[in-house]
Amino acid sequence: MSVPAAPAAAGPQRARITAITSGKGGVGKTFVAANVAAALARAGQRVLVLDADLGLANLDVVLNLSARLTLHDVFTGRCVLDEALQHAPCGFTVLLAGSGLVEYSRLTVDVRDKLLDVISAVQQRFDHVLLDTGAGISDVVLFTISLADEVLIVATPEPTSVTDAYATIKVLATSQPARPIRLLVNQVRKPATGLAVLHQLQQVVDRFVNPALSAPLKLTLLGDVPMDEAVRDAVQRRELLMESLPGSPAAVALSAAAARLLPR
Amino acid sequence: MPLTAFPSRVDQPTSPIDLTEDQPLQLAAALALLQQAGRDEPAHDAGSVAYLQQVIDQLVDLSSRDALTGLANRRNFELALAREVDRVARAGESALLLMVDIDHFKLVNDNHGHAVGDLVIKAVGQALSDSVRPMDLVARIGGEEYAVLLPNCPSACGPQVAARLRHQVARSAISLPGGVRLAVTVSVGGAYAPQWVRSTPGIWLQRADLQLYRAKSEGRDRVCFEHNLTPAVSAQERAMLLGDAMTQDSA
Repeated sequence: MSVPAAPAAAGPQRARITAITSGKGGVGKTFVAANVAAALARAGQRVLVLDADLGLANLDVVLNLSARLTLHDVFTGRCVLDEALQHAPCGFTVLLAGSGLVEYSRLTVDVRDKLLDVISAVQQRFDHVLLDTGAGISDVVLFTISLADEVLIVATPEPTSVTDAYATIKVLATSQPARPIRLLVNQVRKPATGLAVLHQLQQVVDRFVNPALSAPLKLTLLGDVPMDEAVRDAVQRRELLMESLPGSPAAVALSAAAARLLPR
Repeated sequence: MPLTAFPSRVDQPTSPIDLTEDQPLQLAAALALLQQAGRDEPAHDAGSVAYLQQVIDQLVDLSSRDALTGLANRRNFELALAREVDRVARAGESALLLMVDIDHFKLVNDNHGHAVGDLVIKAVGQALSDSVRPMDLVARIGGEEYAVLLPNCPSACGPQVAARLRHQVARSAISLPGGVRLAVTVSVGGAYAPQWVRSTPGIWLQRADLQLYRAKSEGRDRVCFEHNLTPAVSAQERAMLLGDAMTQDSA
């Protein structure tokens, strides 16, 4: 495909990298990544979603794309980066991991260097790169997150999800240099739940994590996304919610969240 | 050896370095420092490049060592720690940092005087050096505090190494006048550098320090290690996390 041309007067800017992670799987991380990317693209950003869930990628499933050429092909030299970049609906770009990447579920020097090469190359051409990381706290996930300017943690109000989100936040805060950590609460049933989850997490962070840090960690809420039948319909039809039902409550909430990711 | 044995060559025309009046070379001071530290006089012709190189080498060595124990000093340790953080991020090797602190050291000083305190500090430093590999770095980074940096140390080996340090220290008692033997114990805190991840020396140090603090508060004379990457979310944390707000959403 053709890669978006650099804007005329922008100069050599580097893309902002947001790592999207969740601790627990199955909370809609990839769904959020794809729809936030769509919303950012609608706002005029050149957006790339990089499927960094090297072991168990499913961005292609969410977007109903066939993974013809993937990161795996780039890594093995079967194609160049440009050939592996694919158009997704709503005007953003994706770089799929490819199922062959199961062999990269452990990080080696080789994988690490190749991933770094790819990321530094795409940084020149996009305004925003979303790294859809794997679930859990593996070395690959931690490494991927370490490349990002900010971290977006997707959680649901479920106790297991909140606990895993907290575990992720704790590991990041204590093992990596400080960077903004933002929270998106998915599948909420009541309007103020996102804020409640944020406060609950912050309270525990203040009590158990911050005393050991030189600069206290302050979580921010990027938004919450309501439970919405439209989401289930879109996911089942393998359509992008932002495209098929942009007026649905979940799509509206995702657009608002995406707007808060835009540079101020 | 009298100070004058090291001739000052600053104003000698044979000096290979063009020294102006505004930038006096403090060679006399450097030589005095080296002499005080018991270093040999440079073997080369005074004022030659080789001579100056040797002076610089000796000064570098001197400024990276702790005067009392001869171990690496804090400055040297911080450099090594920063290098190791880079290496771990680059190569993904497992590296361990141990913080070691002598238990109740103030009592040693109070009961036996500072001279004995110094002997204890030296003996502990020696015991630590004796129980690690040549590639490991043992540093004295504070009064009675040491750091041991162990590159390429698999996580399974960490507790064993730390236990060995602790036992070696306990075994190396010093002899006081009158035939009394004085032994001390140490508390040890350990943390691994996060593999692959570009972290900072400060964070790593803080994590190891936290474990040392834990070892102290749990009664001293013991080793505490940081839990592995997937941290146990304690029952207390869980209870606070899942207090009330979450259950309200499903209502």
